[in-house]
Amino acid sequence: MSMAISKEEVERVAKLARLLVSEEEKDVLARQLSSILTYVGKLNELNTEGVEPLSHVIDIKNVFREDRVRESLSQDLALSNAPEKRDGFFRVPKIIE
Amino acid sequence: MQYEVVIGVEVHAQLLTESKMFCGCSTRFGERPNTQTCPVCLGLPGTLPVINKKAVEMAIKTSLATNCMISAYNRFARKNYFYPDLPKGYQVSQYELPLGENGFLDIDTDGIKKKIRIRRVHMEEDAGKNLHEDIANASHVDLNRAGVPLLEIVSEPDIRSPEETVSYLKSLRDILIYLEVCDGNMDEGSFRCEPNISLRPAGSLELGTKTELKNINSFKFVQKALEYEVKRQEKTLREGGRVIQETRLWDTDREVTETMRSKEEAHDYRYFPEPDLAPIMISREWIEEIRSDLPELPNAKRIRLVNQYGIPEYDAALLISSKGLADYFERCVSLYNQPKTVSNWIMVDLLRFLKADSMAIEKCPLRPEQLAGMLKLIDKGTISGKIAKTVFEEMYRTGKEPATIVKESGLTQIVDESEIERVIEGVINSNPDKVEAYRKGKDKLFGFFVGEVMRASGGKANPAKVNDLLRKRLNR
Repeated sequence: MSMAISKEEVERVAKLARLLVSEEEKDVLARQLSSILTYVGKLNELNTEGVEPLSHVIDIKNVFREDRVRESLSQDLALSNAPEKRDGFFRVPKIIE
Repeated sequence: MQYEVVIGVEVHAQLLTESKMFCGCSTRFGERPNTQTCPVCLGLPGTLPVINKKAVEMAIKTSLATNCMISAYNRFARKNYFYPDLPKGYQVSQYELPLGENGFLDIDTDGIKKKIRIRRVHMEEDAGKNLHEDIANASHVDLNRAGVPLLEIVSEPDIRSPEETVSYLKSLRDILIYLEVCDGNMDEGSFRCEPNISLRPAGSLELGTKTELKNINSFKFVQKALEYEVKRQEKTLREGGRVIQETRLWDTDREVTETMRSKEEAHDYRYFPEPDLAPIMISREWIEEIRSDLPELPNAKRIRLVNQYGIPEYDAALLISSKGLADYFERCVSLYNQPKTVSNWIMVDLLRFLKADSMAIEKCPLRPEQLAGMLKLIDKGTISGKIAKTVFEEMYRTGKEPATIVKESGLTQIVDESEIERVIEGVINSNPDKVEAYRKGKDKLFGFFVGEVMRASGGKANPAKVNDLLRKRLNR
């Protein structure tokens, strides 16, 4: 079964993921994504009736931690990867006009 | 045409855990920006979240208290979108499988009782805080709140007026506070409400187009924002226009709602199961363990107070407005068994002082033992009801025992008749013209004499005796 991804879909997904994709890349990606989906689509041939969807690959459940406070990073360290900061805040382009 | 108002409410309640939903950072409010973060809540690569068990227990508690069915199998999902307050690029939330579903809440709006259905109760993490005001060409981000556990509680559109909305929200908030899962503080944003509202022709079963209201941080503004929105939508519809489905922000200063302008585009959240978190299985035993630990809830307490103490519904409703206040009342009554008298003193006097000082009942300097003690002094005739007001204030201000205050300030009621008669003589001698007028039939002046005698005695004369003796003296 072949699954075709259109150029428009590539553009939409790229936009949602905030990726800048050139015109040539769009064509390449559309082809590649289609081929990947077709490959994975092979699974659709399996009969999965009565099989619960799996959301976690390891059979574990109820992995909890107790409600205890642990030391946080210092403000300096927390901000150390920020391209811009001021007065202890991350500084970003204006969000609301 | 008459329109019917249809309202549903989405509430976000911050859970009262010490640490965040998926990491050990503190949830404390008001700390310096970005001092309560770690690689997990900053969304740094290579980190793994671990679920805070207390948060899950609180979600179960809340679901039980709102009569929800609890899902045995729970998992988290990623809600994907980009915004500066969301460091990971997705919010961990519950999507197709909320923890609680199909519940309801009983509300009472001005004596009219109604059931409001609850669609879902689910767990999620909070985002950080964006600051825009007074910052030129930039926004600032504080991630202390990122990852704090939230409950989202969504009602069905069963609400029909702004008043009912407030009543629903108050009931829900009271329950969360009683459960000790949320502090209910609307100012600090630990109890946030987003009502959605639409209008439809009366009698119609189809829902109209709704708007969602945000930025409302008090019950007063819930009421005002909804009233404004009812008017706005009604005007639009009457003029043949169409309501646009959108989010509108309440502007507190101008008291209007306005279209929220945001650079964020139409959302396509691409939810998928969170692979970093193991599913949560909630067993019957776990639920029953939590159920057996539930405190008495506000509604049940209100009914019990009325039945057990014979106080009016109105009093009970006021007393249960906080668990601490109801406890205070019951403690007092256990020491002085006149429930209505106790409730009067609490409602009129105690609440007035507490309100003036914005003080919580838990911090009240006047203990139930002292109030009960003072009420006994009134019964014994040691002080009058009027003097009691003074004693009450003194106890509240100084924390001293009522008997001590009475002794120290010489506030003991004057019951000695000869002493009262002496005061009466004084008043009569200095008002000969009024005595004359009274005797000629101006009965209304009697009240004047009572007032003068009480004043002359510094409020200490026993009022019944004053009445009695004064009448005898004047009619002599």
